[in-house]
Amino acid sequence: MDISLQKVEYRYAAGSPFEKKAIEDISFTIPSGQCVAIIGHTGSGKSTLLLHLNALLKPTSGSVVIGDRTVKAGRKEKDLKPIRQKVGIVFQFPEQQLFEENVMKDICYGPMNFGVSEEEAKKRARYWIEQVGLSQEILEDSPFDLSGGQMRRVAIAGVLAMEPEVLVLDEPTAGLDPRGRKEIMDMFYQLHKKRNLTLILVTHSMEDAAEYADQVVVLNKGRKVHEGTPRDLFADAERLAEWGLGVPEVVRFQRLLEEKTGRSLPGVCLSIDELAAAWNEQSGGPAV
Amino acid sequence: MMEKMIFGRYIPADSLVHRMDPRAKLVFVFAFIAIIFLADNVWAYALAAIFTLASIWLSGITVRFLISGLKPVMILIAFTFVLQLFFAREGQVILDLGLFTIYEEGVRQALMISTQFLLLVFMTSLLTLTTTPISITDGLESLLNPLKKIRFPAHELALMMSIALRFIPTLMDETDKIMKAQMARGSDMSSGPVKDRIKAVVPLMIPLFVNAFKRAEDLATAMEVRGYRGGEGRTKYRLLQWHLRDTLALFSLVLLAGLLGSLRIWL
Amino acid sequence: MAREIISLNSITFRYPGGDHDVLKNVSFSVQEGEWVAIVGHNGSGKSTLAKLMNGLYFPDKGSIQIVGISLEKDTVWETRKHIGMVFQNPDNQFVGTTVQDDVAFGLENHGVPHEEMVKRVNRALKQVKMDDFLNQEPHHLSGGQKQRVAMASVLALRPDIIILDEATSMLDPTGRQEVIGLVRSLKEEQEMTVLSITHDLEEAAKADRMIVMNQGEVYRTGTPREIFELGDELVQLGLDLPFYLKMGNALKAQGVQLSGQHLTEEELVNELWTSHCKK
Repeated sequence: MDISLQKVEYRYAAGSPFEKKAIEDISFTIPSGQCVAIIGHTGSGKSTLLLHLNALLKPTSGSVVIGDRTVKAGRKEKDLKPIRQKVGIVFQFPEQQLFEENVMKDICYGPMNFGVSEEEAKKRARYWIEQVGLSQEILEDSPFDLSGGQMRRVAIAGVLAMEPEVLVLDEPTAGLDPRGRKEIMDMFYQLHKKRNLTLILVTHSMEDAAEYADQVVVLNKGRKVHEGTPRDLFADAERLAEWGLGVPEVVRFQRLLEEKTGRSLPGVCLSIDELAAAWNEQSGGPAV
Repeated sequence: MMEKMIFGRYIPADSLVHRMDPRAKLVFVFAFIAIIFLADNVWAYALAAIFTLASIWLSGITVRFLISGLKPVMILIAFTFVLQLFFAREGQVILDLGLFTIYEEGVRQALMISTQFLLLVFMTSLLTLTTTPISITDGLESLLNPLKKIRFPAHELALMMSIALRFIPTLMDETDKIMKAQMARGSDMSSGPVKDRIKAVVPLMIPLFVNAFKRAEDLATAMEVRGYRGGEGRTKYRLLQWHLRDTLALFSLVLLAGLLGSLRIWL
Repeated sequence: MAREIISLNSITFRYPGGDHDVLKNVSFSVQEGEWVAIVGHNGSGKSTLAKLMNGLYFPDKGSIQIVGISLEKDTVWETRKHIGMVFQNPDNQFVGTTVQDDVAFGLENHGVPHEEMVKRVNRALKQVKMDDFLNQEPHHLSGGQKQRVAMASVLALRPDIIILDEATSMLDPTGRQEVIGLVRSLKEEQEMTVLSITHDLEEAAKADRMIVMNQGEVYRTGTPREIFELGDELVQLGLDLPFYLKMGNALKAQGVQLSGQHLTEEELVNELWTSHCKK
């Protein structure tokens, strides 16, 4: 299922003395099965854009095509549920959305809202709780008795159990320790690869964009300023700095190395291993 | 709807009204509310309206801005006007529509009551538009201070108010965020039978309460480590200063009361 | 010799109603003017340490000294005067309705006279470069800005020690840089004692000394260099390795010859440069 934005604009409090334009003239397409990162400085309009991806906000101008549905400015939309089932969103600090008396019920909440039977929902809960790295025993516990990291995983399982075709992640690892961060991101990436799940990663982590994304969309002051592969994007550190963004550590290191040694490598490396291999090749294979 | 309202908001500017002492403004508005009830004829209302317009003019806020920002209240006033128009059944018949008859007294009543309503809304909005919430709190605390002698918790009340004011925007954002998160999980708060809609509120209210308690706990810790031990021995950062303009403002109100009272007796 | 400003002696602690000890026999000390980073995975007990040091809880066993005062129930308010704390959530520690009110809050509590208060508020906000935001309300500030205001609130009270309790963990990269940079300049210019509790290695690497916590115990103490020499042991503890170590390991795996340990990024670049020149 593709998602396509066409000249999307959104104004908060439209028509009041407090009107504020959050995003404007944004067009791009996210093809099915891709991993796309949407990056930008805080206040660049990322969060507003994200809400358009499953019709939680309707553009004040332009339109958003989600699969076979079109959400167009100024038109009344009915029954947005099918869209929301197909596009799941894991919000920032999703543990704050937990509310049920036990984990099982909380995970079942989403699926059952979309008409899944209780029996099937429970089956999914038992499956997804393990996928997010927790044991089934936890299903009986109150979500409020869990640790912060466990709550995060339960909330993610609750979204995954809706079995969406597109998964939108808003800073999914914020506040986690390094191990937790890596585990969660690897899990999403596996799902993306194995199930052909479309991933949309809304982040200010350049590291994550470099490591996981096929395509990167950059927002600045509510406008789209760049769209392309991470490799193209990170080749131009000056432009990124203009948008208030940095480059991944590995890219910064490569530049430092190139400046110091006066040798340039063929292209921008996006991972430590890639850079190590490229450097090794440049210096003529392993030293004897 | 809420985000378009200016009721209760503060618009930063540097007008005469903005600079007034919050105590003066509070007394002014409360006194005005009492005084306006002295008006009982068209001339008195005209005078009160001129007085209100002058206050608005001094605040640098335009009437048009007030009206556009207070649309929902305007609708309410219009509704009151229409109701009054049809309910009073005294005096001469002005218009006979068969089903409805409009009397002279109806027009008079409708005009007066909606003007009264309008002036009250304008004046109270003026208070909040030109005074930061924290100044209002400071003003209230200061006005209530004499009551400390009878153990009235003026400091605690003011602190509670200022913390509430501080957290209202935060909690509004959070409500919006959690609502969106649950809607993304298929919750539907805006359609369907009432029973379902009430049920849909639970997934919103519980996280809100849980988070609010967590915030309260964190805030209490933060206050304690910064040495908060109650109102005893505290100094104040914000000092209130009473100027000549504040005395004059209250004096103008006395004048208005006198004039309205006289018109009431004479006419 | 520098004075010992914080010392924890054999602390054992269990939360009321808890089923296990969160801290087991923890001892360490911090010298005046030192920047110490306490690192550890989530749940390693590092945040509990902060709660004990500001007297929110008291240890079941062991004792705590802050600037030589033994921390007891009746000395809590005395010791709190010496410690300033910045917490994790920028929103939940902002008490005032505007930036200047928030900085003034602590001063009001301590009965500082008005004129003095105005001076201190302005000076503290200048130190954190937030003096253009005096009347700004918290919901119009970024997370990093709010944390800088929290730092100003602490500075205005002139404590001897600043404790940062995961103060950067909820911030975006820009905000994190802002706060870390600020701490560094404060430490250098004012010789402030800093204790930062964190799992951000970039933050910890800038400290003079690191304390690694694991399962409620002190696992290792040492300079960042010494700690990072633990290598994969750190990963086992749920932490990460600094970039230059990971980079060095990858190069070695490719067969690039590197002599021993390079302990900063510059050292690594230099070594690659020299080895390249030799060819």
